[in-house]
Amino acid sequence: VLSRCEREFILRAIRDGQRLDGRSTYDYRDITVSFGSERGHVEVQLGSTRVLAQVSCQAVKPRANRPAEGQLFINVELSPMASPSFETGRPSKQTVEINRLLERCLRESRAVDTESLCILAGKLVWTVRVDINALDDCGNLIGCCSVAAITALAHFRRPDVTVSGEDVTIHPADEKNPVPLSVHHKPICILFSFFGNGDFLLCDPGYKEEAVMDGHMVVAMNKHREVCCVQLGGGVALLPDQILRCTHIASVKVAEITEKIDFALLRDERVRRGETVAMEEDDADFITKSQVDAVEVQDVEEPIVVKKDWQESGDESRVVVVGHGTAVIGQGGQSQWDMDDDNGDEQFEVNGGDVDDVTIVETKPKKKKKKKVKKAAPVVDVNDDCISEEEDTVVLTGEDIGGKKPIVDGEKENGVIDLTAALKRKKDQHTKKGKKRK
Amino acid sequence: MSLRSLSCEQSLLARCDGSARFKHGETSVVAAVYGPGDVKPNKEIINKATIEVTFKPKTGLPGCAETALEKILQDTCEAVILTSLHPRSSISIILQVEHDDGSLLPCCINACCVALMDTGVPMRGFVCAVACAVQQSGEEIIDPTLEQEQSAAAVLTFGFSNESEIITSHMIGQIAQEKFYSALSFASSAAKTVSDFYRSSAEKKLSKELHVKERVNEVKS
Repeated sequence: VLSRCEREFILRAIRDGQRLDGRSTYDYRDITVSFGSERGHVEVQLGSTRVLAQVSCQAVKPRANRPAEGQLFINVELSPMASPSFETGRPSKQTVEINRLLERCLRESRAVDTESLCILAGKLVWTVRVDINALDDCGNLIGCCSVAAITALAHFRRPDVTVSGEDVTIHPADEKNPVPLSVHHKPICILFSFFGNGDFLLCDPGYKEEAVMDGHMVVAMNKHREVCCVQLGGGVALLPDQILRCTHIASVKVAEITEKIDFALLRDERVRRGETVAMEEDDADFITKSQVDAVEVQDVEEPIVVKKDWQESGDESRVVVVGHGTAVIGQGGQSQWDMDDDNGDEQFEVNGGDVDDVTIVETKPKKKKKKKVKKAAPVVDVNDDCISEEEDTVVLTGEDIGGKKPIVDGEKENGVIDLTAALKRKKDQHTKKGKKRK
Repeated sequence: MSLRSLSCEQSLLARCDGSARFKHGETSVVAAVYGPGDVKPNKEIINKATIEVTFKPKTGLPGCAETALEKILQDTCEAVILTSLHPRSSISIILQVEHDDGSLLPCCINACCVALMDTGVPMRGFVCAVACAVQQSGEEIIDPTLEQEQSAAAVLTFGFSNESEIITSHMIGQIAQEKFYSALSFASSAAKTVSDFYRSSAEKKLSKELHVKERVNEVKS
């Protein structure tokens, strides 16, 4: 999302032949290719745009319609890390566009030979998977992803295989050196952006330029001047010679980029053989980078966990098991809500502290002010208007429950409320009012 | 017993509000933070910030294991971020695995923490995480490699705060209780190294500003 004045500024600058970062119309930003320790792990930086690619392979059963060919899967994920407008979940239209472009570019142009991925025709083939994750979107993601994909495929080594009759042996890396994939050519996607209805053209737009462009075109070529894929994404109508001009520009750019890729691959081979030092060690003096070497962990002096003596906590509340599945903590008995508020609060304060064992233990009396408790008042307020004709509302008084006195002292009681008396009373009420009940 | 070499790079990404790449030896994780910012109305919390964590594995599509890791990281970050300072906002943390050579969860926690510091999200402290693998023989190894993790009886991950309180604890496997306590002790002392590294890398990053401040004070006086 760009403000209006930013948009107008960028468009006016383009009309004057200037770009935000001072490049000229056909200039590409600097490309940096770095490899990880694992084979097929590549990180490509195109200016600030960053993309991470990883190639992996697996031996699987081939597809029924192509029994002697391996498979190449390309999965591009635009991580929410790369831009606040990217979301996880269902792939967005941009994700699908990049995925399909790269598939056409790499798979359908036969950049990687899938027939060489066959181990045993009809039984076992290699499936090669390229996972590309966008880390930072600062414009021209498609270009960066295509460089990362083809470089990762060229860098990758698959396990060596020996086939004798029907027996297949897949050798692990320490037994036999892994072998490279057969990459016939390296197609690279070049992105062109159009402004002012096709009047102005920019190569490798930054993300602000992408936000104001009218339309874009992707031309995928290799260094042998073969066009592998062209996609014009609508937005602008172009003349045929404009498209031809773009392909000329693309062939020059692709030659430069392919040279950089080949140089980076060669350098990595030398690093792996131990002849040169890795690139990261050259620029160790950034203030945003810091490193500490392997550190010895000191031996532990005192135990980190100290056993706590639970008996010391002096806890007073006990659990009284009353019956199967019933236990009482504190003082149980008849509900004392809706009486004097002071009494209610005090009586129902449960002692803090842990409960040790669930056994029948005497309750320790709590030393408190002993207040007199009023006789139990009806708990439910019976309002004549509320009573429907269908229901009977029965109010239980203290006598119904069995005449239990509310607790004043810490007397021993078992805390069970016997409600059978209430049932008897209900029956009497019915006969009084003359209603039948099933 | 030793921790592998630690390395961290801050502010490496341009679009996000803060980012960090943290390495434990070969294990490398990149974390990016966007926030505090807009939150979807269905995820809004009226008195706190919503912490969203997205974890992306290196190959394949994210599955249940990745979602479980996201939950652990979310709970860890919620414990240290002062969420009540940004109600009705979201702080999104996105992690990308670059290479997994063991100790992946502590590397993720550490990367999250440094990325949050880089963003400037208010926190009550930081989290230093270390993994400890207990072998079948009973021997403890701090910061195990992938091979050591796969052959271990249990792998424990602990995240400690500044005051050596345990914020996160995660374990896969089965070991005796005494082994748990001894692994915890080793992890606790190893976490101090991580804590010192956070401090030194933050000082290095701010060294230019500190230097300028000192020069300004010198000139003034």
